[in-house]
Amino acid sequence: MKTTIAAWICGLVFGIGLTISGMTNPEKIIRFVDFTGQWDPSLAFVMVGALIMFGIGFPLTQRSAKPLLAQAFQVPTRRDIDPKLIGGAALFGVGWGLSGICPGPSITALAFGLTNFYIFFAAMALGSLIFGMTSAKGGTATPAAA
Amino acid sequence: MEIVNFTPIPALIGGLIIGLAATLLMWLNGRIAGISGILGGLLPPGSDAPWRLAFVAGLVCGGLAYVLVTGGLPAIVSTASTPMLIFGGLLVGYGTRMGSGCTSGHGVCGIGRLSPRGMVSTVIYIGVAAITVFITQHVLGA
Repeated sequence: MKTTIAAWICGLVFGIGLTISGMTNPEKIIRFVDFTGQWDPSLAFVMVGALIMFGIGFPLTQRSAKPLLAQAFQVPTRRDIDPKLIGGAALFGVGWGLSGICPGPSITALAFGLTNFYIFFAAMALGSLIFGMTSAKGGTATPAAA
Repeated sequence: MEIVNFTPIPALIGGLIIGLAATLLMWLNGRIAGISGILGGLLPPGSDAPWRLAFVAGLVCGGLAYVLVTGGLPAIVSTASTPMLIFGGLLVGYGTRMGSGCTSGHGVCGIGRLSPRGMVSTVIYIGVAAITVFITQHVLGA
């Protein structure tokens, strides 16, 4: 229960940050990667702000043996660059460039009552579900080891 | 190239708040704030659905809180057509799952931990998005 409430608060803070940063505006995303046209560098400042905070904060969290409310830290340990990482990032890049929307803003913007975000979110959830159902690891064919 | 609509101060403040949220989730729950991964774990839902659902609900409430406090919507210009939104959404959903992360998981939490996977992923998706936008805005849209 505590971790659920904590997750809600973290999501709330994250969503406020996304909205203030302007990242729920697809035009700002598209113009950030439009290096040959009208360029809006704002996204770089969002990344810098987030990286400063997490870059300082993350090592501090790891000074404890375990998180405040949960049993253990679940931090990715993989360091290999595999075809799935590259292919997945490339597919994401195409979709991001076409829509100007990435997963975080697509969820936060559901609060704004705009049809475009509902359409995008439904399609994104379907895309994620399709991968989950068809990939060998984490699919429904074999029950996940709890 | 000309620089337009540049909003460095809100961008920096928003970014700091995003970094704070990611730090809090790690400190409290020991989890990476990767949005595509948190959402993906709900599709289909498993035994850890409650915290994932709560985080997603919090993201929406963050947008609501902005509207309630400021009394209006943030600036939003979305010119993509419905077929583009559907195609783009499918690619974002599938690609972020396949590539184990998106802007938050790889871009913030990955690079923030100096993860080589986060760095490579971020360079690729920004590069591919730039090529995509060049084609749609300047080759096809010209």
